[in-house]
Amino acid sequence: MLELAFKGSKKYWVWIVSLCSVIGFAFICYLWQLGFGLGITGMSRDVSWGFYIAQLTFFVGVAAGGVMVVLPYYLHDYKAFGRITVLGEFLAIPAVIMCLLFVIVDLGQPMRLLNVILYPTPNSVLFWDMIVLNVYLLLNIVVGWNVLEAERNNVKYPGWVKFLAYTSIVWAPAIHTVTAFLYCGLPGRGFWMTAILAPRFLASAFAAGPSLLILLALFIRNVTKFDPGKEQIQSLAKIVAYALILNVFFFLCEVFVVFYSQIPSHMSHLQYLFAGLHGHNAYVPWMWSAMAFMTIGIILLVIPTARKNESVLAVACIFVFAGTWIDKGLGMISGGFVPNPLHHINEYIPTIPELVITLGIYAIGALILTVLYKIAIGVKEESSGAKDTCESC
Amino acid sequence: MNDKNKIVAGLIIFAAIATFPFWYNMGKAVPVPEPKLSEKAKAAKVCVEPKEFMKSEHMQVLDVWRDVVVRNADRVYLSSSGKEYNMSLSSGEESCMGCHSDKVEFCDKCHNYASVDPYCWDCHIAPKEKK
Amino acid sequence: MEKSRRSFLKLVGISTLGLGASPVLDVFAASGGHDGKPKAGVSKRLNALTAKRWGMVIDTRKFESKEDLEPIIDACNKIHNIPKLENKRHEVMWIWEDEYKHVFTHREHEFIDERIKHLPFLVLCNHCENPACVRVCPTKATFKREDGIVLMDFHRCIGCRFCMAACPYGSRSFNFRDPRPFIKEENKEFPTRMKGVVEKCNFCAERLAVGKMPACVEASNGAIAFGDLEDPESEVRELLRSNYTIRRKPDLGAGPSVYYIV
Repeated sequence: MLELAFKGSKKYWVWIVSLCSVIGFAFICYLWQLGFGLGITGMSRDVSWGFYIAQLTFFVGVAAGGVMVVLPYYLHDYKAFGRITVLGEFLAIPAVIMCLLFVIVDLGQPMRLLNVILYPTPNSVLFWDMIVLNVYLLLNIVVGWNVLEAERNNVKYPGWVKFLAYTSIVWAPAIHTVTAFLYCGLPGRGFWMTAILAPRFLASAFAAGPSLLILLALFIRNVTKFDPGKEQIQSLAKIVAYALILNVFFFLCEVFVVFYSQIPSHMSHLQYLFAGLHGHNAYVPWMWSAMAFMTIGIILLVIPTARKNESVLAVACIFVFAGTWIDKGLGMISGGFVPNPLHHINEYIPTIPELVITLGIYAIGALILTVLYKIAIGVKEESSGAKDTCESC
Repeated sequence: MNDKNKIVAGLIIFAAIATFPFWYNMGKAVPVPEPKLSEKAKAAKVCVEPKEFMKSEHMQVLDVWRDVVVRNADRVYLSSSGKEYNMSLSSGEESCMGCHSDKVEFCDKCHNYASVDPYCWDCHIAPKEKK
Repeated sequence: MEKSRRSFLKLVGISTLGLGASPVLDVFAASGGHDGKPKAGVSKRLNALTAKRWGMVIDTRKFESKEDLEPIIDACNKIHNIPKLENKRHEVMWIWEDEYKHVFTHREHEFIDERIKHLPFLVLCNHCENPACVRVCPTKATFKREDGIVLMDFHRCIGCRFCMAACPYGSRSFNFRDPRPFIKEENKEFPTRMKGVVEKCNFCAERLAVGKMPACVEASNGAIAFGDLEDPESEVRELLRSNYTIRRKPDLGAGPSVYYIV
């Protein structure tokens, strides 16, 4: 099936080449980081995790969000999603690869990466995160590829694929739960130390992942002969709506607990993010924008007439994706580190090379996604084309 | 199939690239270097284990040493000859470098030849070179 | 020689499997001795200082100003090749000073006496009994020794900085760049670090191993006591018996081994 990725329009190749050049430029920046050390980033002794780990957290969510098309099809026999499960699986693959790359670029000594396997340490959540992410990647590759190949050959996929699909449905929440456990079990970090962190991560994931899927589906309908389907897109939109409501609800629960209890070590982080602390307020406009974006997203998605208008839906999805991205990919990590355990405030502002390297990983993700979707849609077009000829004859 | 020429050309290019290191290094062969022993090492006659063993296994010895020193705080090595040694790469007289005091002539000579670049010296401080 | 070679290879094989320390010693023990030949092995130095659980008591009554702490901090910095980085984000600190309200974040109040309010306090790794940093490390690069010292194995650290997120005391520093150019005088007896690894106070494990007390203790003119918390006769226990002492954030359950007399 791979050959389908090599036949494309001029626009397709321009897109591929531009992604490759971004990747190349980012790789040069990464070589600089390798030589100099992580000092070229904005991270510090106080904010020891920054943009990279934040993106990891967000994209674990996107990867897990892919399950929202897989689950209804396999568990509830919701046939409509049958034609787009592969889009969910093929979204999860680049998302997980991006996560793994974000871990690698964040390491101070990436050459020693294998120490995690050479000295396995089950009490470290990072050890488990490595395992669940890699297994999830493998599950999606195997399931997605086999289902698509079966579709191409007009046969039913083998039984063991179905078993793996069920496994991946259980696995998706697991990857994000483990990722939340990276943070919420740390003593002395009041911002993350909350049992609602994993549920909150999942809710935001099931909003961000499917909202991206909707945008991709609308895009695919515009530029290819394959239509993911009106009903499918509307079902996804409802999923996004309720996941987003849950996400905001969980956040408000957190706000209540923190501000009603008035415990400073829990309160100070939210104060820093939403109001600024002792004159440090770089994140305040971002965080309020995130809240506004998510509120707008909820309003547009809950009102049926708005949701059913696909242009409005696209706008809503952009708001949802941007809002959850700021919430998790920006505020969630640095917010936990400021103020530090000694109540000093050192803000974290990412540097240009750090952003370029991040962009490079985004481009790698986009490249893999493009190639995979190209293949998937090629197969879809082939089979629908075959149908067309049959109908005409 | 009319691609015969293309395939042959491709094969030739592949073979040229694959064998490039051999072409590039032809005629540049250097003799195997012999590490130079310092006076002190010569006088001691024997290392912590016999010479042949150290030649082939010193990296394993150092790897085990660093583990037991850092992780178990064991600092004394009882060699198979029954003598006791301080397990340390670079801290003073009673260490590897205390005896093999010339890093360039002793360590680097072979490491350069074998094109290995152990990161010992990123942290451990080598003795000052005598000019 | 063949025999020692075999046993050594066996030992290497086992240690690279990461089974830890004791099998290594078992192989050593099993590798000889029956035929009267000496056995190859490793052991502690006879003069090494040992304890069941090392602990520290800092008598802050003996300090008045920053000048009193400087020689202590300098002694540590010098002996451990700690770089002086101008960029605050990249700072490396093993032992440093800070105000009461930052060190004892839960004990601060607005009417605290003037002396305590302005007194600089020494801050260092607490060598916790239940260390969060050790719990989260994915490679066992940071580990707790049997004598209670929480150590870093710089050879093994991959620089993921999970331990820095986990430490509730801000005791850990990361080498954001090569520290070598920022070390004024190098101490050849102790390695520097390389870029990309985490470091922190090691309770002078390298000095205890050769029979010396920690550098800060020696430089403190008796203001810092160091000894075995499990030994009722030790100096630290005597100080803890006869003075009111506090620890940093004891409510987190990490069990710090550094006590302060205020």
